[in-house]
Amino acid sequence: MSAAVTAALTAISAAETSVALKAVRSEHAGESSPLSKLNALMRSVPNDQKAAAGKLVGQARGRVTQALTAREAEIGEAEASAQLAAEAVDVTAAASTWTPGARHPISVLMERAADVFVAMGWEVAEGPELESEWFNFDGLNFDEDHPARAMQDTFFVEPTDAHLVLRTQTSPVQLRALLSRELPVYVVGPGRVYRTDELDATHTPVFHQIEGIAIDKGLTMAHLRGTLDHFVQALFGPEAKVRLRPNYFPFTEPSAELDVWHPTFKDGARWIEWGGCGMVHPNVLRSAGIDPEVYSGFAFGVGADRALMFRNDVKDMHDMVEGDVRFSQQFGMNV
Amino acid sequence: MRVPLSWLGEYVDLAPGTTPEDVHAALVKVGLEEEDIHRFELSGPIVVGEVLEFVGEAQTNGKTINWCQVRVAPGDELAADGGPAVHGIVCGAHNFLVGDKVVVTLPGAVLPGPFPIAPRKTYGHVSDGMIASARELGLGDEHDGILRLADLGLDAPVGTDAIALLGLDDSAVEINVTPDRGYAFSIRGVAREYSHSTGAAFRDPAHRVTPVAPQVEFPVVIDDQAPVRDRLGVSVFVTRAVRGIDPTRPTPAWMVARLGLAGIRSISLTVDVTNYVMVELGQPVHAYDLDKLSGGIRVRRAQPGEKIVTLDDVTRTLNGEDLLITDESGPIGLAGVMGGASTEIDSTSTNVLIEAANFDSVSIARSARRHKLPSEASRRFERGVDPAVAAAAAARVVELLVQLAGGTPDDLGSVHHNAPSPTPIVLPFGFVSGLIGLEYTAEEVRHALTEIGALLIEADGDLVATPPTWRPDLTDKWTLAEEVARIVGYDRIPSVLPIAPPGRGLTTAQRLRRVVAQTLAATGHTEVLTYPFLGKGENAVFGAASGPTAEIRLKNPMDGEAPFLRTSMLPGLLQIAHRNRSRGIIDLAIYEQGLVFRPEAGRAYGTAELPAGGVRPSAETVAALNDGIPPQPYRVGVVIVGNTVRHQPSQPALAATWQDALAAVQQVALATGVRIEVCQGLHQAMHPGRTAELFVTTDAGATSVGFAGELLPTIAKSFDLPAVVAVAEIDLSVVLDHAERELTVHPIGTMPAATQDLSLVVAAEVSAAELSASVVEGAGALLESIELVDDYRGAGVLPGQKSLTFALRFRATDRTLTAAEASDARLAGVAAAGLAFGATLRE
Repeated sequence: MSAAVTAALTAISAAETSVALKAVRSEHAGESSPLSKLNALMRSVPNDQKAAAGKLVGQARGRVTQALTAREAEIGEAEASAQLAAEAVDVTAAASTWTPGARHPISVLMERAADVFVAMGWEVAEGPELESEWFNFDGLNFDEDHPARAMQDTFFVEPTDAHLVLRTQTSPVQLRALLSRELPVYVVGPGRVYRTDELDATHTPVFHQIEGIAIDKGLTMAHLRGTLDHFVQALFGPEAKVRLRPNYFPFTEPSAELDVWHPTFKDGARWIEWGGCGMVHPNVLRSAGIDPEVYSGFAFGVGADRALMFRNDVKDMHDMVEGDVRFSQQFGMNV
Repeated sequence: MRVPLSWLGEYVDLAPGTTPEDVHAALVKVGLEEEDIHRFELSGPIVVGEVLEFVGEAQTNGKTINWCQVRVAPGDELAADGGPAVHGIVCGAHNFLVGDKVVVTLPGAVLPGPFPIAPRKTYGHVSDGMIASARELGLGDEHDGILRLADLGLDAPVGTDAIALLGLDDSAVEINVTPDRGYAFSIRGVAREYSHSTGAAFRDPAHRVTPVAPQVEFPVVIDDQAPVRDRLGVSVFVTRAVRGIDPTRPTPAWMVARLGLAGIRSISLTVDVTNYVMVELGQPVHAYDLDKLSGGIRVRRAQPGEKIVTLDDVTRTLNGEDLLITDESGPIGLAGVMGGASTEIDSTSTNVLIEAANFDSVSIARSARRHKLPSEASRRFERGVDPAVAAAAAARVVELLVQLAGGTPDDLGSVHHNAPSPTPIVLPFGFVSGLIGLEYTAEEVRHALTEIGALLIEADGDLVATPPTWRPDLTDKWTLAEEVARIVGYDRIPSVLPIAPPGRGLTTAQRLRRVVAQTLAATGHTEVLTYPFLGKGENAVFGAASGPTAEIRLKNPMDGEAPFLRTSMLPGLLQIAHRNRSRGIIDLAIYEQGLVFRPEAGRAYGTAELPAGGVRPSAETVAALNDGIPPQPYRVGVVIVGNTVRHQPSQPALAATWQDALAAVQQVALATGVRIEVCQGLHQAMHPGRTAELFVTTDAGATSVGFAGELLPTIAKSFDLPAVVAVAEIDLSVVLDHAERELTVHPIGTMPAATQDLSLVVAAEVSAAELSASVVEGAGALLESIELVDDYRGAGVLPGQKSLTFALRFRATDRTLTAAEASDARLAGVAAAGLAFGATLRE
């Protein structure tokens, strides 16, 4: 019996794989193994010796089973490790079944700008891009012969006596907001505008503005500056500053040019002309039926394309308008 | 407006060493924006020289050159270039004599070009410098010969720095003049503004001469029978005669230099003087050859079709709104725009009639635009000229013609002055502070308004300000508030954030448009922004599923080949796709969201008469304006071409197909929460067998919201794209109209599910969606989900038929389903499909 046990233990420790161990189990612990046969012989052992013999056989079988279990665990562990090792991949060569997409940074920038105002309780207003001249000019205090009307390079629609134009500014949205909303009005209008400028490094006939207008009792130019300060700091960073310079626009009086400064602007900290603003002209208020002796307000308009240029160092307008996907993909979903 | 610094300094104190940049910085503070700086781009040594002798030498090329000895320094002194006092110089010109004083550019000098001067071997000599022409110095176009100082009426010792002598050391700042500040189109106006900004003392050039009343009346009749917009065409008309001008006198160098820096070419002394006074005072002045005038002057409107030959020798056909200066011979000037050829000053004119008039801005603006003749004069009249300065301008011209041209002031002249005085404006105390948000003292307000030239009185506790005649833009208390704010300084305005009432955030449409854009980007599409301008025929193909499409045409497109506004997002995206591919970006999924312009066929749009500004139009008028604007729905377009998954290790490439277009549609549906139904469709731009029409269904019925599938291969080819291009276009305006409803949530069943497969044999033309819908209807409430897993055709299925296999999942909310219950529901679905489409169970 001890020979059988020794043979079994030797075979168990010699087994290297789970397949080999299975064969060893069958040979040394299976039904036809010497120990099983010995166990079967127990029936013929006299009763008075059965207990002792049984104990011996049981111990022998126990040693073999124990060895089998231990060896099985060892081999299982080794084999699992080997399999994991064999399954190793080059994680840098992962095949991708999806393609990266991207937003256009101008769209994202305009959404961010709108969000700054929405956070202050303002609402987002909209209007058509193909607009009546009344909303684009007359209602905004552009006299039909005013030089400013010729100054703007307007796309006219045929026939011209229909008085339809591609809006030259987002300011028609001001008038639409004032005509359709209850006072007070605090709205921002991001949108696409058109002027007959040839496409070059800094001009495009189709570009984007962010317009804002607030009409309430007691609004002042100080409120305009406060709003712009908050806006540029939210969009460009807490160090951003605003400078107002006297200028002329038909729809504001007083009017100002708006410059913005930030230390991280490309080409160094400097003032950059960003848009126009001012106190809404009393005639614009009158165009909307609002009494300028009771209400006042301010308006501003800034260029989204231009902001992207000086904020993100976009050097050529062509990159923004040509639709080359490599441009948008530099930004991904964020700007 | 270009302002030479030496000229500016005549009328306002400029601190020594003031640079053009300093002047720009001062002017921008008061609202005159910097544009540019102009200089004579040259550097010395450039000196006065005297021709001592010269020898003509015939050359083999037929030219004769002069070998000149030119004294460029007195006595034995060294010349400015360190060389000898006499230089040998080769000169090709012949318009000089021994003893003439000339301008010599010595080695080391640089002329505009840049053209550096160095000793140069030429025609067998070493030419040690150059004798300069006026053009070479940047002093005009004259290049018929060298510049003789005598021609400019100048004399100076040999060796004198010619740069300073000729005024070439001056520079000019160019500023942008806004339409409300016509007076800043003059040295007078800019000097005043510079004074406002810096506090430097201002001397008004209009006070430099005192006009003398003419003793002999020159006959002038003002006869405006057709005022434009009820505004008389002329309010001031002053004439003065000067006789005995020497037409051979040159324009002095300083005047040529100043005019050149101001952007005005020197023509002749008389004309230069009128231009000089115009730049100085802002008053356009015209000079007629008095001997060419026939009788007196009549200012009247043109007869329609009447003709005039203007100074530029162009015959112009006139409009009844054009204002004319006429004499007995007919038109002699297009008022405020350009003079006529028949009375033009020429090289023999000795007697001149000077006209300084004030014409209506609207009339002049229209004439200048009508005849495409923006002139120095019309630019000033359009913005408004000070009506009080005409007499001073005429007197200043007389003075200069006497001083410089040897003329004699004549008693002949006339004065017509009918300009209204500026209207006083009531400015309540506190108004400016209330509008600007800064507490101005009464003294600050008074000081600022006095500075700009307003006359102030106090009445009933309010300030009453009468604006100066040169500020027609000051019409109400708001315009006065701006003056106070800018003179005190915009930088003093404090920063106060206003508190808006609580808002409601983005609208559903605004919010979901963003979600659509984010979703498409997150699922592999790249957003682009295209121009909405299309060429002929593009809307015809893409604008409608079949038949023609009405479109909007631009009057003045950037590109004459693309004058139409888009009715579809796709043509622009296809062009962008081609551009990317031509740059080597072969695999593309791009999208754009935006407006399309969709007029209805056969409808006229627009509004012939616009309501006036400054008055709220009636609700009906606003409605009519809006009704006249063509519909502009908001859409999203998607174009996918090439591979959607590229070839990679253990990953074969997946080519884009119609299915990717439909995936994009479902991404939009997911983003908006609106169910978009897909049906087999037809579109003239798309593959007839691979096109889906998209619908949104409500209680009111199904609304078509777009198409998705593959482009027609011939159209793909016309855009230089491969045969398979997946496209989708969805009208988001309509989809988002349906996104507002509140979703009712179904309870989530947690009882065990029973899953079964179902294979149905049906005619090949029955769509999977229709068959699936019939099964859903038949199977009833226990069917939780149904998905198509296989489409089999071939052995075991008759030709013309197909076998569609669906995976079904059944569940009851309140109990564990038995297999029999699930099977019964499944069979009910089969029965419904059989009834609807003749479908049979494939066992």
